[in-house]
Amino acid sequence: MAESPFKADIERVQKEYSEKMTPGAVATIPGSSVINKTGSWRVFMPEFNRDKCTRCFLCYIYCPEPAIYLDEESYPVFDYDYCKGCGICANECPVDAIVMVREVK
Amino acid sequence: MPIRTVMKANEAAAWAAKLAKPKVIAAFPITPSTLVPEKISEFVANGELDAEFIKVESEHSAISACVGASAAGVRTFTATASQGLALMHEVLFIAAGMRLPIVIAVGNRSLSAPINIWNDWQDSISERDTGWLQFYAENNQEALDLILIAFKVAEDERVLLPAMVGFDAFILTHTVEPVEIPDQEVVDEFLGEYEPKHAYLDPARPITQGTLAFPAHYMEARYTVWEANENAKKVIDEAFTEFEKKFGRKYQKVEEYRTDDADIIFVTMGSLAGTVKEYVDHLREKGLKVGAAKLTVYRPFPTEEVRELAKKAKVLALLEKNVTFSVGGALFQDFSRALVNLDERPKIVDFILGLGGRDVTFKNLDEALAIAQKALNGEEFDEVNWVGLRKEIL
Repeated sequence: MAESPFKADIERVQKEYSEKMTPGAVATIPGSSVINKTGSWRVFMPEFNRDKCTRCFLCYIYCPEPAIYLDEESYPVFDYDYCKGCGICANECPVDAIVMVREVK
Repeated sequence: MPIRTVMKANEAAAWAAKLAKPKVIAAFPITPSTLVPEKISEFVANGELDAEFIKVESEHSAISACVGASAAGVRTFTATASQGLALMHEVLFIAAGMRLPIVIAVGNRSLSAPINIWNDWQDSISERDTGWLQFYAENNQEALDLILIAFKVAEDERVLLPAMVGFDAFILTHTVEPVEIPDQEVVDEFLGEYEPKHAYLDPARPITQGTLAFPAHYMEARYTVWEANENAKKVIDEAFTEFEKKFGRKYQKVEEYRTDDADIIFVTMGSLAGTVKEYVDHLREKGLKVGAAKLTVYRPFPTEEVRELAKKAKVLALLEKNVTFSVGGALFQDFSRALVNLDERPKIVDFILGLGGRDVTFKNLDEALAIAQKALNGEEFDEVNWVGLRKEIL
């Protein structure tokens, strides 16, 4: 799997992010959304079939998170740390290369 | 030179706001505090006060605008009463939780139903759990002074909490009394500029305010509000001392009047304290050992001072213009809490009186005294008593 394009951001925020409570619970460093992983909210996960994929990018465009990025060959890569399992990618995929399956944890 | 003039408490509050130089005032008119925003808008229109006066369509919007302005980093003021304060309720928690030192002038008025525009303390007392600091003024001068002090305490870095200053509807809001308007330079010296370090908008320093906190952080965030309330006790004392030095008027969290050697001490707040002091003089002439005490600060609750007061009396008679149904008055609960673990403590008798603007007369206080004397003599007494209740129409 290709490396997350946010890797540098994640590392920066993890380094700077203070766990200390600030007055008014002000978040003083932007980017906590990057280190607070939201993938655990998921019930259904997208399952990707590389053979069916036409590389139309629709899943990449429609992902509201965005938890999909593209690898060197422009195939989508799903970042399950942040994918909330909304299913929009599967819905938009014109060739059914993405199907939502119940995730068993 | 300070100007000595006559004015209503509403005007005094507006003058206090003018002297404090807030940058944003958002307010909605409501009886009996309407005159406060009216007067402030006049100051702004005349160019006497360089501030943004936001006309809003409700109190909920007024306090929301204040939260926005304060979060942007400027001194903010508003005024309200009764249902207006009740409408602000949910945002009051937000202001305290976000640690925004907004100051509200509250013309203490009863709550509906039935609709009643006259004085009791039910409106601000009902907001005692929001985290806000609460001051109660006995007269118009105190209304002015306490608003200045409220700004000073609220904006202190150890506190950073919003504050409300209550003054009794009509008894003060619409009654003209001598008031000394302090010099602008001295007020400037006392208050200084508001320069927040925790909450202000600056593109060079992006922050997020009013965030979501998961269970892992919410409790700690609320604890900081508790801690700030505790810190405020000391900061209020410091502010009172500095105020006395600069303006010559002395304030105490719990002000005592002829309490030495007193058997019974009447405890109250707001303008009723004036009546009670007069009543105490009247009883002392008759040779009765009674005293009075006034809570200038209600939140943070002055536990230490109350414990000191309790040492001086055999009976504490609490006179309250508010009620918590099935329990008694708010002071009754707070005093009981403050004294419950002491080995030696006075009896506490609670009196609910003057609701909805009913006059509190010496005759009413005689009624209260008779019950307090029962407690003093070891006879049976009711813990909670409705004084001046017209039982014949029930």
